[in-house]
Amino acid sequence: MAQAAVSMAGTAAAPAALETTGLCKSFGALNVACAIDFRLERGARHALIGPNGAGKTSFVNLVTGALVPSAGRILVDGADITGLAQAARVKRGIVRTFQITTLFRGLTVLENVTLAVSERLGSGGDIHRPAGSRRAIIEEAYALLESLGLQDDSLRPVKELAYGRQRLVEIAVALGLKPKVLLLDEPAAGVPSSESGTIVETIERLPADIAVLIIEHDMDLVFRLARRITVLVQGAVLVEGTPPEISADARVRQVYLGERPPA
Amino acid sequence: MALLSEDRTVAGAIEIFARRHRFRWYEVLPWLVAASCYVAFPNYLALGAQVLAAILFGLSLDLVLGYAGIVTLGHAAFFGTGAYAAGLLAAHGWGEPLSGLLVAAAAAAAVGFVTGAVILRTHGLTLLMQTLMVATMLHEVANKANSITGGADGLQGMVVRPVFGLYRFDLFGKTAYWYCLGVLFIGWLVMRRIVFSPFGRSLTGVRENEARMHAIGSPVFRRRLVAYTISAALAGVSGALIAQTTQFVATDALGFERSGTILIMLLLGGIGRLYGAFIGVPLYMILQDRFAAIDPVYWYFWIGLLLVVVVMFFRGGAIGTGERLLQWLRRR
Amino acid sequence: MSEILSAAVSIAFHGLAFAMVLYLITVGLSVTMGLMGFVNLAHGMFAMFGGYAMTTLMNGYGVPFPLALAAAVVIVGAVSVVFERVLYRRLYGGAELDQVLLTIGLIFMSVAVAKYFWGPLAQLFQPPEVLRGQIDLGFREFPTYRSFLILCGAVLVTGLWLALDRTRFGAMIRAAVDNLRMAQSVGINTSRLFTLSFALGSGLAALGGGLGAEILPIYPGYATDYLIYFLIVVSVGGLGSIRGPFFAALLLGISDTAFKYLLPELGSFFIYALTLALLMWRPRGLVSSG
Repeated sequence: MAQAAVSMAGTAAAPAALETTGLCKSFGALNVACAIDFRLERGARHALIGPNGAGKTSFVNLVTGALVPSAGRILVDGADITGLAQAARVKRGIVRTFQITTLFRGLTVLENVTLAVSERLGSGGDIHRPAGSRRAIIEEAYALLESLGLQDDSLRPVKELAYGRQRLVEIAVALGLKPKVLLLDEPAAGVPSSESGTIVETIERLPADIAVLIIEHDMDLVFRLARRITVLVQGAVLVEGTPPEISADARVRQVYLGERPPA
Repeated sequence: MALLSEDRTVAGAIEIFARRHRFRWYEVLPWLVAASCYVAFPNYLALGAQVLAAILFGLSLDLVLGYAGIVTLGHAAFFGTGAYAAGLLAAHGWGEPLSGLLVAAAAAAAVGFVTGAVILRTHGLTLLMQTLMVATMLHEVANKANSITGGADGLQGMVVRPVFGLYRFDLFGKTAYWYCLGVLFIGWLVMRRIVFSPFGRSLTGVRENEARMHAIGSPVFRRRLVAYTISAALAGVSGALIAQTTQFVATDALGFERSGTILIMLLLGGIGRLYGAFIGVPLYMILQDRFAAIDPVYWYFWIGLLLVVVVMFFRGGAIGTGERLLQWLRRR
Repeated sequence: MSEILSAAVSIAFHGLAFAMVLYLITVGLSVTMGLMGFVNLAHGMFAMFGGYAMTTLMNGYGVPFPLALAAAVVIVGAVSVVFERVLYRRLYGGAELDQVLLTIGLIFMSVAVAKYFWGPLAQLFQPPEVLRGQIDLGFREFPTYRSFLILCGAVLVTGLWLALDRTRFGAMIRAAVDNLRMAQSVGINTSRLFTLSFALGSGLAALGGGLGAEILPIYPGYATDYLIYFLIVVSVGGLGSIRGPFFAALLLGISDTAFKYLLPELGSFFIYALTLALLMWRPRGLVSSG
């Protein structure tokens, strides 16, 4: 709670880790994002919720550069990144995980993370020496796997892992990029409940200085992990606030449960 | 005790991973075989030289297809560019072979870089079409400019000087064989280094999941372009080898059949396995030598059928099938 | 001045006839590639065998032209179903490379089969008496058969486009090309749709091959030598589109005829350069869908 108060007080002074102003995206007549003003503070634990088709993944795509906005700006630590390509934004610390596991399925777990670490350190394009000679990179990747409990699977191809563990590898890859802003797109999606506990714990243990935005449908997860929630409906922000404020909000209840607002 | 075993596990996984690029004992086999062929088949050295040059061509295709995942039906464009570069040099007074190889590599790399910069932003069928268009265009140019290239009849008057000024290209193909073997060895070393380098690993990443590569901040287009250019250079060298050792170049060096044949050879051996060309090229050429001589029509049918069967039932070509066989044997 | 006009009319006429043939052959390929995502380089063999079936029936058994053509369409359409169910189906959604290599293998086999049964020379095609010679259209005379070809093509194209827009089958194809999973979830039997549209596409190819036997001679190298034309039409037209390949075929047919007529020493170079430029400008084709 104190942390929330501190970050609230700090908004006027310090730039947000991530900020969008007037972000819009339309495909012809279809509006997936309308004038979205959004702030993600440093060290935030923020959730983005909304009904299906609300434009949550599109928002992530806009922020990461997979989609080019029709209008609006995106700022990271106060710097305008709207014109940057995907790869450049990753270098600025904007990292995402995908709703559907997007890993190098034929490669080993260790290799997956090593590739990420390698790119971060700028040696991903080295031709002159073997990949295996960069001990420091491999050890960093391995240490990361250890911190997530994945070290026993390090030499197994990703496709052999249980889906829940694959989702963990996805998070490991993201962490290997030392993100400043981490966008988790439905991290527990498709994971059987027996395995989702590990994922939730992993998210809880994320370093405090990373700004985390989680897209989720599972309300238990949202209320457990998030300190602030933004509700997105049909591409526009409906309301934003703390978990108690959101669960009490009549408009949110209407959107999710179809209740009429009290007369 | 527990700490020790933990260390061993940590060290174990990292060690295995870090040692992948070390030379294995069986990697010396292809070179032993090649060297012994020199002794065992003295009458087939000219053919042998062709096979060795074609293996280099196959390696170059593997870099772009097997590792970077760029499906191309026009790789002969680079082969032919290199062949004509070396051929034109030799036909106009510059017969020194090694420098001819370098010029061929540079010319082919230039073509690869320019065309790659234009077409590598696309994927799928569009990319496939564009590779085909580039090769077909070059083929047309070579055909029409037959005053320079000799057209379908071929370039006349190539004179290639002895290698290092000492080893003349003789009628038995002895010099040609060692020449091609030496160049192939260097080409193989280059390929091997690339494939095990961070760059090579990132190519595998691009092939496996391009979206993921973008999401880890990898400059995908640049990597593909570099791979394409290097591959073009190697293909150019292989074209130059054939031109120099046969002292002949014709427009078929740029043709669709050449692009298609090398693709088939690589498939038979195994795509993306580094050694696919070493197995697929000799296999195809031996099969062709045996069967096409009997009946060209039958040859076309059986090679077509072989292709269909390999794609449907023998994924990964000879190497892939061999790996699965080994795994199955180990389990028993 | 009238010479230029006359040349232009000739080019337009012959280019249009060529375009009709190209379109009939390739529309099925466009649907196959767009709907099933299957790169079928061997599509030309359906046109080829359609031509072979038609000419064999006509020359060897005296079957009249319309009947031979219809029979060829039915035979090829039926046989193509076997290909689809036994081979192609297994590689749907698979690696594009596998599809390319499989179909290259099939092309090779088709070349050998054609040469074995019919020899290396082009098949003789003699249209029925009524379609031979020239026809007077008032301001000029035109070859009768090609005029018939253009008319036939126009009727077929119109019929095809109407069927696409007005029938349920057409709607299902459009839906499935647009979004396969959605189409499946609204209950469209995509497996059967694939087979039917594949058979239809192959039948149309046979029709184009038979009708166009005069423009694209029927000989064993048909599927390899004309492959590049078919691929140009499909990739420039836009995969999965039924209208796109028509405009691409027009573009290719007329410009190829024009270049061959006006600048024969440059050969097809400009066609390839034009294709490359078009693909760079519109990578997904002139009329992209989905």
